[in-house]
Amino acid sequence: MKGRAILTGEHFMHGDHACTEGAIAAGCRFFAGYPITPSTEIAERMAQRLPEVGGVFIQMEDEIASILAIIGASAAGTRAMSATSGPGFSLMMENIGLAVMMEIPIVIVDVQRGSPSTGLPTLPGQADVMQARWGSHGDYAIAAYAPWSPQEMFDLTVLAFNVADRFRIPVMVMSDEVVGHMVERVVIPPEEQIPRWERKRPTVPPENGFRPFLAEDDDLVPPLAHAGEGYRVHFTGLTHDERGYPDMSAETHHRLVTRLVEKVRRNADAMIRYEGYGLEDAKIVVISYGCTARSARRAIAQARAAGIPAGLLRLISLWPFPEKPLRELARQAEAFIVAEMNLGQMICEVERYVAQPVIGVNHAGGAMIPPAPILEAIEEVATRGARIGRRKASAG
Amino acid sequence: MAHALVAEKHPLDDLIRTDRMPHIWCPGCGIGIVMRCYAQAILESGIPVEQHVIVSGIGCAARTPGYMNLDSYHTTHGRPIPFATGLKLVKPDLMVTVFSGDGDLAAIGGNHLIHAARRNVDIKVICINNFNYGMTGGQVGPTTPLGAKTTTTPFGNPEHPFNLPYLLAAAGAVFVSRWTTIHARQVKEDILYTFRKPGFTFIEVLAPCPIGFGKSNNIDEGVEEMWLYRRRCVLAGRVPDETPWEALQVDLREERPIVVGRFVDEERPVYRPVRLEDKPSEHRG
Repeated sequence: MKGRAILTGEHFMHGDHACTEGAIAAGCRFFAGYPITPSTEIAERMAQRLPEVGGVFIQMEDEIASILAIIGASAAGTRAMSATSGPGFSLMMENIGLAVMMEIPIVIVDVQRGSPSTGLPTLPGQADVMQARWGSHGDYAIAAYAPWSPQEMFDLTVLAFNVADRFRIPVMVMSDEVVGHMVERVVIPPEEQIPRWERKRPTVPPENGFRPFLAEDDDLVPPLAHAGEGYRVHFTGLTHDERGYPDMSAETHHRLVTRLVEKVRRNADAMIRYEGYGLEDAKIVVISYGCTARSARRAIAQARAAGIPAGLLRLISLWPFPEKPLRELARQAEAFIVAEMNLGQMICEVERYVAQPVIGVNHAGGAMIPPAPILEAIEEVATRGARIGRRKASAG
Repeated sequence: MAHALVAEKHPLDDLIRTDRMPHIWCPGCGIGIVMRCYAQAILESGIPVEQHVIVSGIGCAARTPGYMNLDSYHTTHGRPIPFATGLKLVKPDLMVTVFSGDGDLAAIGGNHLIHAARRNVDIKVICINNFNYGMTGGQVGPTTPLGAKTTTTPFGNPEHPFNLPYLLAAAGAVFVSRWTTIHARQVKEDILYTFRKPGFTFIEVLAPCPIGFGKSNNIDEGVEEMWLYRRRCVLAGRVPDETPWEALQVDLREERPIVVGRFVDEERPVYRPVRLEDKPSEHRG
């Protein structure tokens, strides 16, 4: 009996396993990875599940090989993924740029742990979120999502594949050790309810002079020809023209890199996800994501119970950054509080869009930020007003 | 008119991106010869052109895919083998060739090289060995002989080089051969042979790099190195019984034989991904 690809039903499921099931439900049929805590359970479950559904699992010699293998598999037409944590994520950085430049869709899961370097292998962190955006050299843009539950490990992995394929970009699922190792209710919908956005494919036959990097549509996404289809296309990390041929001119370089960045900006509305709690009348807005947002939600509920008009903007997509809701909240809010398990990363992005004081609730990682320090920050702003000194590092 | 017979079309025209000429290679460079052998082997292979895929990393040899009219992937430095591995595993019907240089494959990509050989993944590797980093202007590489001068070893190379056939044989490649650019026929024959041989195969082709390596080591012209190959190459006996692995070490600057030939040609199960489609499965929640 062939294994079922989509385990429709209600489960009590581990976050890393939910991520695996999301990938398989999304049609991922190739996984290359290297064992690393706290993401290893994704690879282990892939090793079990992919052979059941006709997919390919391979454990590579390192994370560099892993990302190259998934780019190669995707170039041949298969949805492909790797999963890792900080040190492996760092090793992948150069070739994020290759996937960007070749416009080959891939999904990378980073189950974040305490960092830098070897850091805290078994404990959580959220300090790779800027690396997700800027870690490879050069100007580029990608999408990245921050699940806050095993359910979202499933849902956002599906979305990651769809965004990657639709826009021909690398997409990251920026989980953390808490969410990755959390066991919770996960509902896997029936197959027909799992969204599927397809790759744009060539509509002309190979002999009609297909130009593989010519983006004729408003979305700036060129159709993708896979290996073995007869288009005989050239893919290179070098600056290239619409034929895919290397072209070392400043004009071609500017045109290409601008399109790659503009492609994500122009389609950002299709990629951006966020969620609000109690924002309608909020004067104090907490911004958080991933596991930390769970504490933030508790903190704003406690604040509201005490009569403080606090709300939560939960970032589901970190990149592209949900700037529109933030700009709207800037019309009503008196202060913003950014709670994240790092020493101040997404707070920099928040500060770009609002004029109000922005206060950080931070911790370098190793344990979840509990609700208390977030609530304290809310209460302090409510009673004493937002101090312009800001960047209050608390949450010991 | 006197010039009656003018060829309108060369049999290899369809395999070359002629609109990309002229190429970037220097006068006297040996890479073009090997590219021609590869193209000829494709033509003679009977495998449809659409099923051939060429993958490279970075460097002079790695520019070859850009000139081949095939599905071609010019990846990052050292990484063609894992890219080719992923591609081949999801489309096993394709004939996937990695065409790159010694620095790309054996230095920055050395780990991938030995692990792909160990797995016996079904990809064909053609490694141009010109004993230096040519594209960046002649620096020391993993194959540069002890004592040789390069721009980063101006006082002579203090390191020992890799003996690539020995390394690949130890790592588990099922086919290992070495030729030079003067052995165009043998190179073509071996490429053709490896197209038909399942598993990880490795062909090393010694090639002149008069600008990068030659001029610093008294081999000023490409043709001079070709003469040197002709004078000094000897065909290996059975390795290691008749010709020991150590004899495969190369130093162009020394008057000693350069051993060429087929060193390994054996059968070993080819890497295949696990498939359980016909077996019962259990699911955990």
